[in-house]
Amino acid sequence: MRPILLQGHERSLTQIKFNLEGDLLFSCSKDHIINVWFAHNGERLGTYDGHNGSVWTVDVDYETKYLVSGSADNELRLWSVQTGKCLYTWEFPTAVKRVAFNEEGNQVVCITEQRMGFQCAIRVFQINREEGSKQSKEPLYMFNPIGSKATVCAFTPKPNVIVTGHESGKVALFNVKTGEEIASNERAHGDVVTDLQLSKDWTYCITSSKDKSARIHDTKDLMVIKTFTTETPLNSAALAPNKPYVLLGGGQEAMSVTTTSLRQGKFETRFWHKVFEEEVGRVKGHFGPINTIAVHPAGISYASGGEDGFVRVHHFDDSYFKAKPYGELEPAD
Amino acid sequence: MPETLVDPDNIDYSDIEANYQIHYDEGFDKTIIVDGVPIIDKSKEERLLAKIAKEFTKKGVPIKPENISLQWDSKSGKSKGFVFVDFRTVDDANLALATLHDHPFDAKHTFKLNKFTDIEKYANMDETYVEPKEEEYTHREHLRAWLADPQGRDQYVTYRGEEVNIHWHGKPSQCEVAHKPDWKDFLYVAWSPLGTYIATLHRQGVRLWSGPSWKPQQRFAHPFVKLIDFSPCENYLVTWSNEPIVVPEGAVQGPQYFSPEDEGNNIAVWDIKSGHLLRTFSTSNETDVQATKKHMPWPMLKWSPDDKFVARVTPGQMINVYELPSMYLQGKKSLKIEGVFDFEWCPLGDKDKEDVETESKAIPNGTGSRVAKKAKENMLVYWTPEVANQPARVTLLSFPSRTILRQKNLFNVTECKLFWQNQGDFLCVKVDRHTKTKKSIFCNLEIFRMREKDFPVEVIELKDSVMDFSWEPKGERFAIISSSDPNIGNPGPGITIKTDVSFYQLDHSKNDFKPLRTLPTRTTNAIRWSPRGRHAVLATVGSSSKSELEFWDLDFHSEDVGRKDGQKDDWNSSLQLLGTADHYGVTDVEWDPSGRYLATSASAWQHTLENGYAIWDFRGQELTKQLQDRFKQFIWRPRPRSLLAKEQQKQIRKNLREYSRKFDEEDATEESNVSAELLALRKRLVDEWNAWRTLRKKECSDEHVQKGNRQAHGTEEKEEIEVWVDEVIEQTEEEIVIE
Repeated sequence: MRPILLQGHERSLTQIKFNLEGDLLFSCSKDHIINVWFAHNGERLGTYDGHNGSVWTVDVDYETKYLVSGSADNELRLWSVQTGKCLYTWEFPTAVKRVAFNEEGNQVVCITEQRMGFQCAIRVFQINREEGSKQSKEPLYMFNPIGSKATVCAFTPKPNVIVTGHESGKVALFNVKTGEEIASNERAHGDVVTDLQLSKDWTYCITSSKDKSARIHDTKDLMVIKTFTTETPLNSAALAPNKPYVLLGGGQEAMSVTTTSLRQGKFETRFWHKVFEEEVGRVKGHFGPINTIAVHPAGISYASGGEDGFVRVHHFDDSYFKAKPYGELEPAD
Repeated sequence: MPETLVDPDNIDYSDIEANYQIHYDEGFDKTIIVDGVPIIDKSKEERLLAKIAKEFTKKGVPIKPENISLQWDSKSGKSKGFVFVDFRTVDDANLALATLHDHPFDAKHTFKLNKFTDIEKYANMDETYVEPKEEEYTHREHLRAWLADPQGRDQYVTYRGEEVNIHWHGKPSQCEVAHKPDWKDFLYVAWSPLGTYIATLHRQGVRLWSGPSWKPQQRFAHPFVKLIDFSPCENYLVTWSNEPIVVPEGAVQGPQYFSPEDEGNNIAVWDIKSGHLLRTFSTSNETDVQATKKHMPWPMLKWSPDDKFVARVTPGQMINVYELPSMYLQGKKSLKIEGVFDFEWCPLGDKDKEDVETESKAIPNGTGSRVAKKAKENMLVYWTPEVANQPARVTLLSFPSRTILRQKNLFNVTECKLFWQNQGDFLCVKVDRHTKTKKSIFCNLEIFRMREKDFPVEVIELKDSVMDFSWEPKGERFAIISSSDPNIGNPGPGITIKTDVSFYQLDHSKNDFKPLRTLPTRTTNAIRWSPRGRHAVLATVGSSSKSELEFWDLDFHSEDVGRKDGQKDDWNSSLQLLGTADHYGVTDVEWDPSGRYLATSASAWQHTLENGYAIWDFRGQELTKQLQDRFKQFIWRPRPRSLLAKEQQKQIRKNLREYSRKFDEEDATEESNVSAELLALRKRLVDEWNAWRTLRKKECSDEHVQKGNRQAHGTEEKEEIEVWVDEVIEQTEEEIVIE
């Protein structure tokens, strides 16, 4: 099917997210705006206005009730998805780079940037799900990861344990209560970890890195299960539910794009087989690096957001579901 | 895979080194024994020594009496009749040896000079005759063994970085590296025209490798060689270096090495089988320096197709034709042609080659010579530009009889280019002509039909300038690239010249060439015909923005059999585009010898963007693509002409179905083998993955059982959303007035 082009941002995309039902798509960008779209036709449902800096990250809870966002204006905001109203704002000394809900939607983890003498900090907030505007100002837990700063994080199925990706390429597990590093893989990647997305049941995750590779890790012990090596720096990696594929996106650094031609940039979404570690296909479209990729929770479509300011929503054709390029071998999800 | 027998780390140059090594003097080389000195007693010693010294000095080898040591017989008290003379240098000693040997000292005495070292050497020589050991017969490898490949695969060589690989090309499962030589420090590699040898150009000279084990076959010591050219039958090799030949003192002489007479020359002609140097030429003296700098034509020596002659043009003056293997000027005189610009030998067709072969076979028998048809004489064509009142002229000459077969006068000529069809059936002279004012240039194609009486000429006039011309091999068609783009003269960065590609075919009913079709506004700048004809690829090479490949079939509707006769009625319907493709940054396009595959490569010698190569089938389907940085060269290994006679080939074509059934079976069994292996691997991977997943899922569900709630939102019912879109196509307002 023809991809739907979502033209609602004026600057490059930073993160896009489907809600659990898959009917809504949230996107945030450097233009301070968060948009929400109908995933099936690309119509814009509304915006969440209020941030005064690049919005680096969004996440939505399992009920699609609350939305959290982190921005370069040093604020973490909680929004009502339905009304678009900002319910609560937390302020920090530095920018918020990553946020994530836990499974029950009653906790939010956020990473703040290491800058201006402030260390990189990971905070966990308790979310009052009954009354959205009444939140505690102080975090439930807070700690500073030692060593290289964290760039991405997510909750794991184990309570109070988060998985993080770091600037040095490290992937680690932290106990948020104590700030203790439970496990770490210092050599998970050779360069900064750019994205971390969880599988449907949260038992494994995929990370992408500027070192041109993406890896699947077991979230229990951080064992590297699979490695996908491409020829371009990667900005995002996503897992396709119900199909044994992973989606990788990236491309040449934005700063060196102007010096090379479009075809040199490798701005395509790459589909790799999750188990065989082989590339199976590419989707062209963006004319800048791909910054973020999200797959519909039911695996019927995917969206990619690029440095070019566009979000492209692709609904998979019938052939995607019917084709059996590897015969009857069907790995478990 | 055959293993290398050469020590790969250093190719053995010891013999070359030994030859060029400078021999240092050892102590006794300066000493000479002089026999035939008068026998004297002690009293006369001083006088004798003075006399000998004077005698030597007179001949230009000054010595002092102290350097002469006289030997005494202790019994008789007289001298022994010989002296030792010590010279200052070996050169002096050699000079003395040359000038004073057999020199009459006085009436009775004559000097006999010998080197001290020689005396020793000959005295120690073993006098018994030893029968020279018979060298054991070593079986030589078959140099064309690759042709006997059971799968009939072709080979190609790739050169990337410092690494050379020779590959087999076949079905995907049959593609493998045939040989991975460890050649070091060379400029580039080249196949010989029939594929027997592969040449590497080293600083010391050229090396040829061949056979299934890729042993070194021959070497040609031409230091700093830059260009090479094989003769068409692989008998001879021409090498060129921009640095003139220098023969160091003391260099070993021999038929395989340069002699002092060769000093200062640049071109050398070698016999491949013996490795002997035949002759050297100079390039710098004859043409002025500026002209050579601007553009050096290569090959500089043009071979006749049967390797019998090699010719070289001196622009404006003459063509020198040399006979092989003596390399003497044929007939002891050159072809003096005022103003001659360029020439080309007429190639031999398959049939001509057969004639040549039967003739050469017949001669040793002595009997068959009358029966065998006399092989055609060689032909060459040259052109001379307009001078004063004389028109430009294209001349067809037979050689060695030197009779002019055909001449054509041309007017307003800027330049001519000569194109032979590869069978020698047609000759096209592409004439760039200017209008009277010399402001604009247009093009005429003068086509000579070589197989007809008196060589009739047909002229095709074109309005545009023609950038490229290409005959269909073994065919009666040609393709041209023409352009009326104003940028044509000044290619700059980012400028892609718009071109038109036209196909022409010989119309048998009218016996002239008619256009088949013109494909307008392309960017094509290269035509590559399949070596078997019929298929052609139009490519845009060397451009940074365009890199299109178009695969055309010129006999799409007709099967091979019925090609000659019929379908005159549907003139250009059989021209069909089979596919288009794109290889970014392509610099070289080459068909494989069988005409089934096409290789395109982007060489790091031209640019550094996405270097590598790709192989396509004739329909434009990509078979393989390798992106390799620092990729330099891709060359198919040429094949010699088929040994099968025409009738046999026809027979095979007729029974093609029989053969193909066999191959299909092979394919099927192989496919199942390969896929079985791959399937097993995949199965293993999937099993591993599934095992890990079940473990984790079990853990997960255990936890859920403990905690309960979470699974709830995991299984959502699918909800159908129907969207009704109302679109107002037209709205009309009508006013209805009710009275």
